[in-house]
Amino acid sequence: MARNLLEVDNLQVWFPVRKGFVESLTSKEQSFVKAVDGVSFNIKEREIFCLVGESGCGKTTTGKAILRLVDPTGGSVRYAGAGVSAAMVKEAAERALSKKLMSKEEAEKNIAEGTLEIRKLTRDKMKALRQKMQMIFQDPYESLNPKQSIYDIVAEPLVVNNLGVNEADREKRVAKALDDAGLRPPKDFMWRYPHEVSGGQRQRVGIAGALVLEPEFLVADEPVSMLDVSIRSEILKLMLDLREKKGLTYLFITHDLSVAYVFSDRIGIMYLGAIVELGPTEEVIKGPRHPYTKALISVVPKPDPRMKTEKIILKGERPDPSHIPPGCRFHPRCPFAMAICKDKEPTPMYVSQEHWVSCWLESGEAKQ
Amino acid sequence: MALLEVDGLKTYFKTQEGTLKAVDGISFNLEKGQAMGLAGESGCGKTTAALSVMKLLPANGYIAGGTINFAGQDMSRITGDKLRAIRWRDISIIFQGAMNALNPVKRVGDQIVEPILLHEKVDEAVALKRVKELFEMVGINPNRIREYPHEFSGGMRQRVMIAMALACRPKLVICDEPTTALDVMIQAQILQLLKNLQSELELAMIIISHDLSVLAETCELLSIMYAGKIVERSSAVEVFSNPQHPYTKGLIAAFPNIKGERRMPASIAGNPPNLIHAPVGCRFAERCYMAKDLCKEQEPPLVEVLPGHFAACHFVRPQRGVI
Repeated sequence: MARNLLEVDNLQVWFPVRKGFVESLTSKEQSFVKAVDGVSFNIKEREIFCLVGESGCGKTTTGKAILRLVDPTGGSVRYAGAGVSAAMVKEAAERALSKKLMSKEEAEKNIAEGTLEIRKLTRDKMKALRQKMQMIFQDPYESLNPKQSIYDIVAEPLVVNNLGVNEADREKRVAKALDDAGLRPPKDFMWRYPHEVSGGQRQRVGIAGALVLEPEFLVADEPVSMLDVSIRSEILKLMLDLREKKGLTYLFITHDLSVAYVFSDRIGIMYLGAIVELGPTEEVIKGPRHPYTKALISVVPKPDPRMKTEKIILKGERPDPSHIPPGCRFHPRCPFAMAICKDKEPTPMYVSQEHWVSCWLESGEAKQ
Repeated sequence: MALLEVDGLKTYFKTQEGTLKAVDGISFNLEKGQAMGLAGESGCGKTTAALSVMKLLPANGYIAGGTINFAGQDMSRITGDKLRAIRWRDISIIFQGAMNALNPVKRVGDQIVEPILLHEKVDEAVALKRVKELFEMVGINPNRIREYPHEFSGGMRQRVMIAMALACRPKLVICDEPTTALDVMIQAQILQLLKNLQSELELAMIIISHDLSVLAETCELLSIMYAGKIVERSSAVEVFSNPQHPYTKGLIAAFPNIKGERRMPASIAGNPPNLIHAPVGCRFAERCYMAKDLCKEQEPPLVEVLPGHFAACHFVRPQRGVI
């Protein structure tokens, strides 16, 4: 079995809510927007793990926190890519230990398992590690600088990281990244500007920008949601090919369950800052256990008017992450909510070897 | 006679590089209470076609030919006050991106009152009362009419836009990508609302979307547009169960189906043609797996393959006795 490339444990990203002057006098308690509130999952080497949820559920923040593009407030993110050497792990663990950022057990565990605790790295070390961990952004219309040529866009990570001995070497690397991203021949694209290529090609430029540093792990944040349906699968196929050729691992973030269904190996359903169900894609989609997963699957429009399926349309909209309901965070919208759901937060319960769900309906305790 | 008869509509844009033929000879009919989906990739002219019906084209756009017959009047010819009287009272539109279509510094209630006061001789109290009814109809608490757009969530703002479109009890509502920016759960709520309103109020609707699955859920009729032309048109069930045009087949195959087998959907290679220098012959030929020399030389006519089912491809033949 493949080993874990990434282990995320109880990750938290809380943003403090700024208070006005009067509020700061009257109330002492600091309130938080709990964008990510205790998320745990692993990603195996060469796996595509997908986080699915509605906007505001914290899926993007989770992805950013893993790359430390936002700083996590709690939990741990441990990374064990091929680019992480035992010496790096040792140095980082010892430094964290001496600064009292980490307990002795944690440090020893990291050294024994060869995993880097991303949360405890210094900025410089993190920047160096990020060469191995890159991100593909959602909107190829807005994430590319219109005043830069495609060459400049793709070469920028090299410049920032001081890679490429000379201009010719850089050009070679850029050409390779463009070729890998399917922009062939690279010479035809290099000196053009983003507005001169189509939407699908723009997204390929974004992918080339992520590939140019030869990463091991990619966070892809809704990479196809802005594209026409007719070209979406081209981009998805490209990402699959890259996994085969380069042994890449993906964290794929999407709101579109049908894309997650065809593309990912395992899937985690997020609601209001937490994963409520996680398991192998086929198992979760064909046999969902959490009422939220069931509802989400039921409302995906089917591309066939002859298919009339019953929809579970949840009332209202997702609640505010600064006021997460007590007990099960889904209970105010859950059609099956019971007394216990209001009081106690459910813990993950395994329904098969790799498939768990956080719901009291699955627990014998609640049924009694 | 149908409520809306569009015949040979051509809408062109003047640009620096030449004339862009965004819509190049499309025809369709729409009866009272019918919903038609207009599908296609971005840039295929679907929004332009719908805006032409309301004559809401930008300054460099103009109707270059064809007729738009709405309830006995040719929309392509009327202008000025006559046009203003029809807009919003008889035909209204729900714009793409409801988030940004509302005026942020005006209360939502006042924004809906405005068209009512413009079109009908009623006083503000009556109009406000109607707004409250409209809010109830679209599922918003009527007490919220004095709130500002930023106090509403995305889905709620889309409901406000729908209420606004229905303010003057129109006969035809055009919905331009009504759910594109919304989450699936909110999308399901809005689609259900649109469907209910359509049957309750006997509205005719044109729903524009690149998402065939959204149209499959809401429309009886379906027109597929490609590069300024309608390449296939029939009832939605017919188009999905018996697609004729290679482009339609490609589009349908491009959708992953969560209820179906788990496999990567096919894609359509290539890009749509430039509509300033549109190719002679079939516009889809470049990307078509069936294309022969004939396709690059001669434009295929829209033929009736089965009663009420039209497709424009050299390789489709009228079928008889198939149903």
